[in-house]
Amino acid sequence: MSKFMTLNGNQTIGEATRQVDPDVIAAYPITPSTAIVETIAKFKADGLITGEFVCPESEHSAMSLCIGAASAGGRVMTATASQGLALMWEMLYIAAGLRLPIVAAIVNRSLSAPINIHGDHSDTMGARDSGWVQIYSENSQEAYDNFIQAFRIAEHLDVRTPVLVGLDGFIISHSMEVIRVEDDAEVKKFIGEYKSVYPLLDSKLKMTVGPIDFTDYYFEHKRNQIEGIENAPPVIEEVGKEFGKKFGREYGFFEEYRLDDAELCIVVMSSAAGTCKDAIDEMRSEGKRVGLLKPRVFRPFPHQRIAEVLIKMKAVAVLDRSSSPGAFGAPLFTEIRSALYDYEERPKIANYVYGLGGRDIKIEHFKDITSDLEKIVETGKVEKIYSYINLRE
Amino acid sequence: MRKESWKELTIGTINLDAGNSVKNLTGTWRSGKKPQFIEEKCIHCFFCWLYCPHFAIEVDGDKVKGINYDYCTGCGICSVECPPKDKAIIMVKEEIKLFEEKAR
Repeated sequence: MSKFMTLNGNQTIGEATRQVDPDVIAAYPITPSTAIVETIAKFKADGLITGEFVCPESEHSAMSLCIGAASAGGRVMTATASQGLALMWEMLYIAAGLRLPIVAAIVNRSLSAPINIHGDHSDTMGARDSGWVQIYSENSQEAYDNFIQAFRIAEHLDVRTPVLVGLDGFIISHSMEVIRVEDDAEVKKFIGEYKSVYPLLDSKLKMTVGPIDFTDYYFEHKRNQIEGIENAPPVIEEVGKEFGKKFGREYGFFEEYRLDDAELCIVVMSSAAGTCKDAIDEMRSEGKRVGLLKPRVFRPFPHQRIAEVLIKMKAVAVLDRSSSPGAFGAPLFTEIRSALYDYEERPKIANYVYGLGGRDIKIEHFKDITSDLEKIVETGKVEKIYSYINLRE
Repeated sequence: MRKESWKELTIGTINLDAGNSVKNLTGTWRSGKKPQFIEEKCIHCFFCWLYCPHFAIEVDGDKVKGINYDYCTGCGICSVECPPKDKAIIMVKEEIKLFEEKAR
C-alpha cells in the first residue's frame, strides 16, 4: 500500500532507489547530493538493498563503474551534483555512446569558480549535448516519480539511452516534504524486469564493446546513437500516462498552469515553477492574463509541442537558471526561440537569467517580469532580449 | 568490402563479429616506403617479428619468411631493429596509392 512519508529530496531518491533495488549502485558523495549516497549506504548496511553498492574514489570512477556494470548486463544507477557531474563528463558521453540505460539523480548545483554549493542548473546544462535524456523536477514528489519512470524510459528497447533526473540543490534536496511513496511491490511491477540485450557476462556472445572507429564508421555509429534519444518522446509519453493510471499522477513533456486563456507566458523549470504558480495566482486575481509553462523534459527537447502552446501567446519570458557565456541566450531560451522560428505568427520573447549560485527568486520578481511582458505587448518591442533577475547592477 | 549504413549497425557500438580486426588492412596506411626482406642476409633472430607493431612479419617455425604487406604500415621499425650491419630488411620506395585503390 502506498503511504505518506516526510522526506527531503535526497531521502526521497534514496527511498526510490531502495524500491527499484538496482543490480549495481556506484556513487561518490558530493554536496548537495551527499544524503542520497548516505541513505543508500544505510539501506545497504541494513540489508534493505540487495544490489551491489560501491563507493569508488571519484565521480569519474563512479560513472566508469556504472558503464562497466551496465555493459555486463545490470540495472545501474548513480547520483551526483555539480563538480561531480563535471568530473563524470567524458564518461557521460561514453555511457550514451554505448547506449547503456544508466539512471542518474543529479542534484542541481552551480559550478565553480567561485566555489558555491547552492542550486542552479549549470551542471546539467553543461551536459546537455552528452546524449543523456534530461528530466527536471519541481519538488520531491516529482523527483520520486521521475526517478522511477527514468528506468522505464532508459531501458525501453527503442531508447536504451541513459537518463538523468534533476532536482534543485537544497531547495528540493534539503527541504522536508510530505510525499506519497508507492508500494514496493507496485513500484517493482511498474518498472518490470530488466534484460540486457548484449550482456558482457553472456559468454556465448562473442563481441567487442566500444571498439575504435575510424573515419569510415564513427559517423554512422553516432547517427545510430542519436536514433535512441529521438525514439524517446513516444516512450516518455506512454510511461508518463501509465504512471498516471497506476499511481494517479500523470506526466507529459511539460506542465501548463493557467495557460488556457493566457496572453503572457512565463517559462521556467524545476523548483522556481512552484514560486511562479503562486505569483500567477496573485496576478490572476488582479486580472492579469498570465500563465506558466514548466518544461519537464529538456532532452529530447519537445520543440514542436512547446511551440504549439507558445504561438498562442502575445509575449513569452523564458527563465534560465544557468548562463551560456557568449551565446545568444541561455540554453532554454535558445531552444524555445529556435522552436518558434518556423511559425509566421509568433510571440515576442525575452530571456531572464535567475538564481545563479542559489540566489532567491521571489513572487515580486515574477511580477516584475510580467510587467516587462505587458510593456512588450504594449510597445511591440523587446527592449532587452537578455537580462538578469535579482542581481546588483 | 561493403560498409553498413547507420541503420544496420548493432546499437551501442557493439561488434558481434569478434576478431574482425583482421579485416582492417593496416597495409593501406603505408605512404611511400615499404620494407624489403633479403632472405640470404637474415640471421633469424626474430627481432623484426618481436618489434613489429602489426604482426606483419611472417615466420615458419624458427625461420623468418617475409613480410605481409596487407598489414605492414611501413613504419620501418623492423629495419631499424634488424641486427646485421648489412641489413636483412631495408626500406625501399613504393608508389603512393589512394586509400580506395589500396583497400580490397
